[in-house]
Amino acid sequence: MAGLKQRGLELYRWFEKRTGLAGPLIDVSEHRVPRSSASWWYVFGSAAAVILMMQIVTGILLALVYVPSAGEAWNSLQFLNHGLFLGWFLRALHGWGSNFMIAIVLIHMTQVFLFGAYKFPRELTWIVGVFLLLLTLGMAFTGQVLRFDQDAYWGLGIGASIAGRVPLIGAQVVHLMLGGPIIGGTTLSRFFAFHVFVIPGILLGCVLLHVWMVLYLGINEWPMPGRLVRKNSYLAEYQTLLRDDGIPFVPDAAWKDATFAAAIILAIIACALFFGPFGPSGPPDPTIIQAVPKPDLAFLWLYAMLAYLPPRLETPLLLIAPVVVIGALLLMPLVAGEGEKHWSRRPVAVLMVMMIAVSLGALTRLATYSPWSPIMDAWSADAMPPKFLKGRTPLEREGALVFQDKQCRNCHALDGLGGLRGPDLDAVATRLTEDQLIRQVLQGGGNMPAYGSALSPPETTALVRFLETLNGNRTPARDASRTLTGNSYQDNSLDSTSP
Amino acid sequence: MSDLTQHSRRVFFMKMAVLLNGIVGVVLAVPMLGYLLGPLLKKDTSRYDWVTLGSVDQFAVGETRLANYRNPVAVEWDGQTSTIPCWVSHVAADKFQIFAINCAHLGCPVRWFPQSKLFLCPCHGGAYYQDGSRAAGPPLRGLFEYSYKVTGGQLMIKAGELPTLSTPASMAKPERSSWQG
Repeated sequence: MAGLKQRGLELYRWFEKRTGLAGPLIDVSEHRVPRSSASWWYVFGSAAAVILMMQIVTGILLALVYVPSAGEAWNSLQFLNHGLFLGWFLRALHGWGSNFMIAIVLIHMTQVFLFGAYKFPRELTWIVGVFLLLLTLGMAFTGQVLRFDQDAYWGLGIGASIAGRVPLIGAQVVHLMLGGPIIGGTTLSRFFAFHVFVIPGILLGCVLLHVWMVLYLGINEWPMPGRLVRKNSYLAEYQTLLRDDGIPFVPDAAWKDATFAAAIILAIIACALFFGPFGPSGPPDPTIIQAVPKPDLAFLWLYAMLAYLPPRLETPLLLIAPVVVIGALLLMPLVAGEGEKHWSRRPVAVLMVMMIAVSLGALTRLATYSPWSPIMDAWSADAMPPKFLKGRTPLEREGALVFQDKQCRNCHALDGLGGLRGPDLDAVATRLTEDQLIRQVLQGGGNMPAYGSALSPPETTALVRFLETLNGNRTPARDASRTLTGNSYQDNSLDSTSP
Repeated sequence: MSDLTQHSRRVFFMKMAVLLNGIVGVVLAVPMLGYLLGPLLKKDTSRYDWVTLGSVDQFAVGETRLANYRNPVAVEWDGQTSTIPCWVSHVAADKFQIFAINCAHLGCPVRWFPQSKLFLCPCHGGAYYQDGSRAAGPPLRGLFEYSYKVTGGQLMIKAGELPTLSTPASMAKPERSSWQG
């Protein structure tokens, strides 16, 4: 046994004499960090690096089977899911790894921001980190395209439509993105090259630089209220802190990083096991137009934003906002590189984080059920609730039929069923008078199309009669002048029978 | 003394070598950029070609229905993506309107509802009237329209590009305007 240990040591020394790598690596891993930094708040960066390693390994394993051809990609995904032992699990790991990666990167960024870690001398570390975030999102988008299904096909269309809003060179940008004038074989090959070679290459380079700078400059110390960063004194203060209250990174701090990384990977494994892989949804066949495309989790907020922005503001915001936001992120450490680090003395910073988190969270939540989208089959799938038909006149029931047949239900819910794009109409008669109803139906307005050309006069009459009954057992809206003059419209007196 | 001359000569050689590599780099980069950007330099019109939607008889007067065409720039490995749908509205005897499937907002596939005579988009609720004009929702314009002609009983459209705001399907606008006045 002792002999074996001796042999092992000799082997190690043989390699060490020829590579000289182990010594410096051990020195690096034992570098001193402030005791206060050995915290559970400082584990997110290393966790992201560990997920990246898992993504690379699972990605390579998937590339062994995946066919990056527009004609075959979908079939090869089906084969991975159903035809290959544990293929589904590898796809699930890679997909869930992607979601966890984005979440951890965002948490890491928030922590760094709130702890003032981007201030002097770590400005460039933050700037490289911003590029890492963009590259991570780039991986998520290109990865969604490689899952070449219905969502990927129409997602490319959405990407191209956004690119097509660039003034002057829009067409060229679209062609460069799609690898041609239209979505096809060359498009997928292009995204494959980006997802597998270009972005990971740049990403790995940036990660190495990012980690190198963390080692070279030292990890940020736990901020204390009132302890200000000054460019002329910080480095000396940090050295003093390391000398007086420093601990070796391995093992005194690293055990928390390692434990958290293991927990995250376990969580990814658990999600992959319980929820399985993402898609593929329907085949990438544009002639199947019964598609309701939706982006992946990381881009849902954008999908929601594009529904709520005033249409005329979309193009300017799509083109200007990214430049402003990314520019602000890049310039922030250069502008605010000194001063207070502690969150309790930086209320604007805390408010900003809360505002961004609430906005992104709310937009993402909304996008999960997209109330702005018409429900395309509601008119034929959601039956008219019987309570709206009981005791109604034949004309009013005919109106209910018109209501269903003209797809009103796709945008307007009745009794909680139907589209949410327009207001629900359970009690529309309490909000609009008869004349207002007729006007709204025939002329549209406020995001509603005009139905003047799609409804005959009898259909309009029946429909409005039906809508007049939807009063939620409250007093319907009435035109005051009619009450005064006693239903005095001449030949078109729709409400002669209403109470 | 001689040491210094030698050194400066080597510095000169080094500079020459750097220059040489710079030139080689440019020589290498030009064809690479040409390969990458070459397709963009093609004339806009050369991408478009007349493709058939099938016999005119399939499209009843007054009706709007879906038709498919094969993308004229298709390659063999396009798979299903080479067949592209569009909406054909047969307005009157020799008048058609052929709309791109892509919503003018963000390119999602719009669906025709004959009962309400509307095209609806499932993504953000863009709505268009029967003649393709914008009815409601976020689109800034009506549906994209293809140029068309009828040749030998075949309905032909000029296609070859994904319609977006920068690349509206119809490049040659005058061709379709005979009935639009």
